[in-house]
Amino acid sequence: MKFLINLGLLLLLAVVLVVWVALPWPGVLALVLLFAAWLAATRRGRQTASVTGVGVSTLRQRLGSSAVIMIGTAGVVGVLVALLAMGEGYAETLRKTGSADTAIVMRGGSASEVMSVLDRDSIVVIPQAPGIARDAKGDPLASPELVVAANLPVRGGGPDDEGSVQLRGVGDRAWEVRPNLKIVAGRKFETGRRELVVGKSAQQQFAGLDVGKTVKLGSQEWSVVGVFASGDALESEIWGDADTVASTYRRGSSRASVTVKLADPKAFDTLKAALAADPRLKVDVDTTLHYFSKQSEGTAKVIRAIGITVGMIMAIGAAFGALNCMYAAVAARAREIATLRAIGFGGLPVVIAVMLETMLLALAGGVLGGLVAWLLFNGYSASTLAAGSVGKLSFQFVVSPQLLWDGLKWALAIGFVGGLFPAVRAARLPVASALREL
Amino acid sequence: MKYFHLIWAALFRSKTRTILTLLSVIAAFLLFGMLDAVRTSFDQAGQSANGARRLQTGSKLSFIQTLPQSLDAQIARVPGVKSVAYANWFGGAYQDPHNQVFSFAVSDNYLDQYPEIEVSAEARKAFAETRTGILVGETLAKRFHWKIGDKIPLQSTIFPQRDGSKSWNFDIVGFMHAKDKSAGWYDQLVLMHWKYFDEGTPYNRGTVGWYVTSVSDVNQADRVARAIDALSANSDHETRTQTEQAATANWMKQMADIGLIVGSIMGAVFFTLLLLTGNTMMQAVRERTSELAVLKTIGFSSRAVMALVLAESVLLLVLGGAIGLALASVLIPIVSAGSGGMLNLPSVGAGSWALGLTLMVAIGLLVGAPPAWRAMRLNIVDALAGR
Repeated sequence: MKFLINLGLLLLLAVVLVVWVALPWPGVLALVLLFAAWLAATRRGRQTASVTGVGVSTLRQRLGSSAVIMIGTAGVVGVLVALLAMGEGYAETLRKTGSADTAIVMRGGSASEVMSVLDRDSIVVIPQAPGIARDAKGDPLASPELVVAANLPVRGGGPDDEGSVQLRGVGDRAWEVRPNLKIVAGRKFETGRRELVVGKSAQQQFAGLDVGKTVKLGSQEWSVVGVFASGDALESEIWGDADTVASTYRRGSSRASVTVKLADPKAFDTLKAALAADPRLKVDVDTTLHYFSKQSEGTAKVIRAIGITVGMIMAIGAAFGALNCMYAAVAARAREIATLRAIGFGGLPVVIAVMLETMLLALAGGVLGGLVAWLLFNGYSASTLAAGSVGKLSFQFVVSPQLLWDGLKWALAIGFVGGLFPAVRAARLPVASALREL
Repeated sequence: MKYFHLIWAALFRSKTRTILTLLSVIAAFLLFGMLDAVRTSFDQAGQSANGARRLQTGSKLSFIQTLPQSLDAQIARVPGVKSVAYANWFGGAYQDPHNQVFSFAVSDNYLDQYPEIEVSAEARKAFAETRTGILVGETLAKRFHWKIGDKIPLQSTIFPQRDGSKSWNFDIVGFMHAKDKSAGWYDQLVLMHWKYFDEGTPYNRGTVGWYVTSVSDVNQADRVARAIDALSANSDHETRTQTEQAATANWMKQMADIGLIVGSIMGAVFFTLLLLTGNTMMQAVRERTSELAVLKTIGFSSRAVMALVLAESVLLLVLGGAIGLALASVLIPIVSAGSGGMLNLPSVGAGSWALGLTLMVAIGLLVGAPPAWRAMRLNIVDALAGR
């Protein structure tokens, strides 16, 4: 009998958790409202409210175990939110780099810009395709660009501590197809000179990238003349004149990609069809939004999987901790609960009250954990070698409201698991023998 | 040791509580085992004796820049160099361009530089004789169900062939197996002939991605590295030579600050664990107050009682921790296999066990200290009277 009840509880638990994970926020809100109405309106609801009130008021006498539930849940939520915020920040940085009204053309079959090579002829042909926006003079807004990597000393590192930064060789059009990019210090480089403008994040990552200083690319001296900001992945790059970069890297007149401004987002299909139909070209075209989102996909997925795995293991640990504490709490309050039952309180209010108490503690822990994660990690900078790029990519953790909400849902789930079994035990306490222990 | 039974009985006096606490400890150390394996795999990448004996020479400009193949003969003549091989990045993908496969186009003597990679004599022979032959890492072959003798097409995401086609045809002639865990990623690699590659594509034009040099004397590695770099100083293809160890460590550092991430997670986990087990031990001692008083009455010294309580808490942690770490060593190979070769984690090593055991004992002593102190100071008369 007891075994069957436990089995039933486990099944119930599994079902509730599955539904809970899938439940969107309006569903949760409806559930909470429904529950509040039940508490206020029905006789059993009011009984539950008063039993919960007694339980909550005695929390202070059980400070140790209450803290275990709270801190345990806070730890789970904090770590989970921080790890997911890392994945979110990474994906967000790359997503922001692209837009729906610009497209990138690369050699067919190239997984990323660095791997693509477009010869001189293609670079002349591509901008003539239909669907590309044109300036006042009627010239197409298309920017052929060369993407290579450069080794530079890492800021704050030892003499031999070099990192890789993505170097983009561009022409004047590069600024026009990316209007969000602003020079925040110094000036743009001059065509034909060994001058660099550096992204804000690149400047923070690498030594010597300050306006007025020179850096060595291989055996050549390049001077840094400006800093740009764009708030996206481009900020981790350094830019120079395309022809000068090409000669340093012995790339001749070839380029890696052509970024074009579309006449309007719907013109993409026209452009794609035209490029595919041109027998002179073997190229792939994609909107930059899709291209950059795709680059982040793999890594973001891995980070998310790691976050959820770590969160799961921690949550299991925390749930056992909560179970332990609530069993102890129920045991300590056995007489009190038996008395309530004796004077006419039903089993259900006792079950709900114990669960409510656990879930409130877990919720408080979840809020605490989310808050700590938000305070510590929102905007926290990290860097990695991004997939599809050849340089260090800086990104900032984003603790979004959605993540905090997910964290709270996890907290409540832990509270539910931790409260269910002790609650059932509390309700099943034989009244007579519990009272006799006086 | 003669009190072990007593400690064991005390520990399982309240079964539910002890088992629930144990499960929490197990979860914490399971996580510790897995994360520490990740950290170790990052730390130990390239940290083998072979890694210190090999030098990697790449372009000083950046790792994507190539070097002329003529450097091969020059490097071979540098005093202290035992042998030199070279390789190029092929950028292969199988079936789908996003299904990327680590693939190098290598010189004929490339494998001689890597004694830790096991390739059967027949496979070596077949590889030498087949122009389009490739050697495939075991894990990779398993992932795609490749067999020796299979003809497979690989797309290169960087190098099209002369006719513009991206698809290259290869014959699988043998498998590679890494004897040493630190070279484990060779199990996922494809090696092809540099000659076949160079002749097949118009884009490479006799260049080499990087050189791998074995030095005769490890202590001379720095000097040899400088001598190699001096060969091309002030040319348009300056080089940068590092030991494989240093180069790998540098890559790992650029990937992510794993130490910090693992450290913060474990900090949160152990802080929680401290609180949780501490609470359990406090409860355990509180409800046994009268039993402890009886022990003292029948002649146990205050110190002995303190030691009993401390031993109990250490036993709780070590028991749970050991199960957790054991569980991690069982789970890690499953996770590695399940990821289809994406993750290649070493099992829980002796270092992790040592660190884990130290943590278990330390946490055990820490959480045992307050209740043990309480047990030692216990006044027999008060305790027996229930005051």
